[in-house]
Amino acid sequence: MTQLNRLSGGLIDRSATLNFSFDGNSYQGHAGDTLASALLANGVRLMGRSFKYHRPRGVLTAGSEEPNALVELRSGGRQEPNTRATVAEIYDGLVANSQNRWPSLERDMMAINDRFSNFLSAGFYYKTFMWPKAFWEKLYEPIIRKAAGLGSLTGEDDPDVYDKGFLHCDLLVIGAGPAGLAAALTAGRAGAQVIIADEDFRLGGRLLMEAAPLSDMSGVEWVEQAQTELASSPNVRVMPRTTVFGAYDHGIYGAVERNADHLIAPETDKPRQTLWRIYSKRALVAAGAIERPIGFENNDRPGVMLAGATRAYANRYAVTPAQSVAVFANNDDAHQAARDLIAKGVEVPAVVDIRPDAPKIDGTEVLAGAQIVDTKGRLGLTSVTVRLADGQTRVIPCGALAMSGGWNPNLSLTCHQRGRPVWNEDIHAFVPGKDLPPGQCVAGAAMGEMSTHAALTSGAAKAVEALSDLGITVSPVVLPKAEDGPVSLTPFWHVSGAKRAWLDFQNDVTVKDVKLAHQENFTSVEHLKRYTTLGMATDQGKTSNMGALAVMAELTGKSIPDTGTTIFRPPYTPVSMGAFAGRAVGKEFHPTRLTPSHKWAEEQGAVFVEVGNWLRAQWFPQKGETHWRQSVDREVLATRSSVGICDVTTLGKIDVQGVDAAEFLNKIYANGFAKLPVGKVRYGLMLREDGVAYDDGTAARLAEDHFVVTTTTANAVLVYRNMEFARQCLWPDLDVQLISTTEAWAQYAVAGPNARRLLQKIVDPEFDISNEAFPFMSCGEITVCGGCRARLFRISFSGELAYEIAVPTRYGDALMREMMAAGEEFDVTPYGTEALGVMRIEKGHAAGNELNGTTTALNLGLGRMVSTKKDFVGSVLARREGMNTEDALNLVGLRPVDASKPVPAGGHLMGTLGPIDAAHDQGYVTSAAYSPILESAIGLGFVKSGFERIGEQLRLVNPLEGHEVLVEIVSPHFVDPEGEKLRA
Amino acid sequence: MHKLKPITPLGADTPRVDQIGTQTITEVVDQALASVAARDGRRDALQKVLPLILPGVGKTESQSDFTALWTGPDQWMISASHDQHELLAAELKQMVGDTASVVEQTDGWCRFDVSGAALCDLFERLSNVRLRTMAAGDVTRGTIEHLGAFLWRLDDDRVAVIAPRSSAASLHHALMAAAQSIA
Repeated sequence: MTQLNRLSGGLIDRSATLNFSFDGNSYQGHAGDTLASALLANGVRLMGRSFKYHRPRGVLTAGSEEPNALVELRSGGRQEPNTRATVAEIYDGLVANSQNRWPSLERDMMAINDRFSNFLSAGFYYKTFMWPKAFWEKLYEPIIRKAAGLGSLTGEDDPDVYDKGFLHCDLLVIGAGPAGLAAALTAGRAGAQVIIADEDFRLGGRLLMEAAPLSDMSGVEWVEQAQTELASSPNVRVMPRTTVFGAYDHGIYGAVERNADHLIAPETDKPRQTLWRIYSKRALVAAGAIERPIGFENNDRPGVMLAGATRAYANRYAVTPAQSVAVFANNDDAHQAARDLIAKGVEVPAVVDIRPDAPKIDGTEVLAGAQIVDTKGRLGLTSVTVRLADGQTRVIPCGALAMSGGWNPNLSLTCHQRGRPVWNEDIHAFVPGKDLPPGQCVAGAAMGEMSTHAALTSGAAKAVEALSDLGITVSPVVLPKAEDGPVSLTPFWHVSGAKRAWLDFQNDVTVKDVKLAHQENFTSVEHLKRYTTLGMATDQGKTSNMGALAVMAELTGKSIPDTGTTIFRPPYTPVSMGAFAGRAVGKEFHPTRLTPSHKWAEEQGAVFVEVGNWLRAQWFPQKGETHWRQSVDREVLATRSSVGICDVTTLGKIDVQGVDAAEFLNKIYANGFAKLPVGKVRYGLMLREDGVAYDDGTAARLAEDHFVVTTTTANAVLVYRNMEFARQCLWPDLDVQLISTTEAWAQYAVAGPNARRLLQKIVDPEFDISNEAFPFMSCGEITVCGGCRARLFRISFSGELAYEIAVPTRYGDALMREMMAAGEEFDVTPYGTEALGVMRIEKGHAAGNELNGTTTALNLGLGRMVSTKKDFVGSVLARREGMNTEDALNLVGLRPVDASKPVPAGGHLMGTLGPIDAAHDQGYVTSAAYSPILESAIGLGFVKSGFERIGEQLRLVNPLEGHEVLVEIVSPHFVDPEGEKLRA
Repeated sequence: MHKLKPITPLGADTPRVDQIGTQTITEVVDQALASVAARDGRRDALQKVLPLILPGVGKTESQSDFTALWTGPDQWMISASHDQHELLAAELKQMVGDTASVVEQTDGWCRFDVSGAALCDLFERLSNVRLRTMAAGDVTRGTIEHLGAFLWRLDDDRVAVIAPRSSAASLHHALMAAAQSIA
């Protein structure tokens, strides 16, 4: 198909012909075209279907405010729905498809909805789907879900890379039209750090769309001159294809840069889009204005578009939507569209102007005081019906209509922090109010200064003001002379008497829907929005909100400013999820932490589990093992019968030093630490301020003024943070210094009857680690393997004779290999977190399942540890009556009466008789495992007065899953209750 | 000499070097680190016994074998050659006595030196630390890909990134991806 609607001139590169397809048809365009301009050039007006009624729709605008021409771009994993054809740059090979239609755009079966529009009016959902109740889940919801949404996704992974980053500047200029460029030139010449960003791929804003000159050159020439200067200034960063979508706290703006959307595919490893967080000291919003449509009967046919858009297509893209274009307006500015089209050789059969005193235009007839009352054309406009000033009607054949109800300053970014715009009677539009986000100012049409002259001068002036605030001296720049006509407009929102006059083209909201909302008392703008779906979805009502609230104002008898606007929220235009994710996708979603023995464990074929960000070996399957339980049972039995090794580096380690280190720990832990001798370790319990237990671990005293505190893996950061808070804020007078050493030391638990014998082969001989010289709960700084500095702690989580040995992390891999070699004669076994968990349950040690944020020291059986003689974090609130009741939950062991039965974790405990309900709840199971030593399932749990009920039987139930197991309350210390093994 | 063979933060025998475009990313393993925190009210006493100036906020100072990085109020990290000063913490403790708490930090961290002309372009994709305004010798603690990290500008075209050792692989991936973005 030839480009039959292509005009002369324009800012396209006719030497670069690009092939693209739309709905399977092949077309040609040129570099510099958008998909919308190229389709119009090829005579395609029908580009989409509306959301609700599936009405045929064409392009309404030439910018990012487009509500109608939403398409799916690309295919496969790169398919992107709901893309505005008005901002999508074409490239050779572009594949675009229409959406929200079936089977085709021309013949959309869902257009049947339009026939039922009387039933699908505002509030339809709320009225219709309320009854019968039973229909909701099986009928209504599936239907609504199927009908919802516009474009579609393929479900394939996006193959592209997205990036993110951080930028800083003195002045962020948002928008590169005349105001923005004047500001950037001013600030750039002053030496300020400037970022100028524009969503368009070409700088210039409206200067690209207008024919009026700037001094002795065209607007485009002036833009090119400015761009050359800015690009050569090292202190200015020019960012085309970059949408500033949100104004956040402290001068931070969100922006998305489309690096490769204009290419068939990004270069290898290069981002498709980059999400920037811009830290600005000052920001100037020069985002221009958005033209508003007029409501009249059937104003939504393909070919009806905004007057400013027809000018943009004619002047910038050298395209007309049709060979004959009528105009409907209430202002002088729209007359320029008629003049520009006529100058380009397009027929303008008439300019319909509602104003009785509308000025005349050479080359066309101005129908003053007239209104358009209807249009014709099923898939594209063929004629408009005009009611003339004298009441007669006239049908004017035309292929397109350029309409204009005036312009609204683009307020979005000025209101992102709940700023309220104010009404400007001169231009009959809202302009930014005084409550702008801190550090922000506004210039040009975004401020309601509608002439090019005003835009240039206000842009420069606001830059001077903003930089002066920052102490940067600025010399005024010489600006070109530009048109400075006043806004001449008679407010006019809709033609009265229309049956269906569209306000919101995307969501099919008509004047009648607003009237219905009013009739049903949804008169607040926020209610109006929700009731009618006005201003929702991808365009957020950029072209529709003003018209609707003007209609509502009319109905309520209030003024427009009294009616108010809805809240503006980021993002200004849709941002792809990929851009928000950036590089954080797949396994790089968050950083991972690897243990010192990770490489060795991988070589052993370990199965890893995520614990926070850590990857820990969960178990080490051996040949022939087909089920994880086989591996775990073997690891437990081997450790308990000889010796096992487990990487416990992940436990938090906090180095505590200072003259007052002991006193500090005494305040942090519930139990006493002041008198712990040097060379000894003590188990400690930490409480929250409210007296609930939150972490346990050990503290080893390496010197009078030096401790190493260990925490659980999960709470390493929390404990450190709480200790820093205590140090800095609670007891700043204590001499204490803290630093994390979690990562600095590779630490391994060596457990089992042969642990000492194994370690004696590793620890250098000058260090005596016999039971006499190094008894249970000893610690010391030693050397291993011929002189490597190390730390040794005789502590046990498994209940076995056990040690934890630590070397600098870089030697951790080698130490693991050395220990495994040294332990060969003992059949040493590496064990993972599962076996670790089984053994700690067998020993009755509390872990995260028991320290669950609701349990106290008393509950945990650690009540006697809690000192009554000192002040410590949580001491006061731990004494509360309710936390010390006689029937408090106690930590006990649980064994099934029938050893073949499981102990389901999470189950609740009930008496052997009586109902199973919350009122009769006796407690619950926190941890459960199969004990290969006892050859039975076992569990830990909390039971009311549990300590006194050893030997009693209870029913362990899980009504959700249908479990019921008879269990006996036993001591939580299933293995070695007297602690003989660990002291051996 | 003991028989334990070290591995690098990335888990290899030798440090990794990657060249991407004009950027070079080098895993650095030859530096020992120790934290030095002045005891309560002993900063001046500490300064007297240390052979280098303790730098102020965001700064570093180097003298003979040692470099000090400011890390917090009355807290510094001292860096020195690992070969010469593997027992750096013990050495420093000898010097400072009870004027400061000293903790070995060598293996708490991994370090990657990134060099190349487009250094600032690379790091603006990784961190909100404003590298462009940092002079040689400046150091700032910030975050890179959720990791707490020191960015230490060694020269106009060279930066050291010091971050938790266990996440070296994640950090390395982030550096590589950003370098590829701008290559």
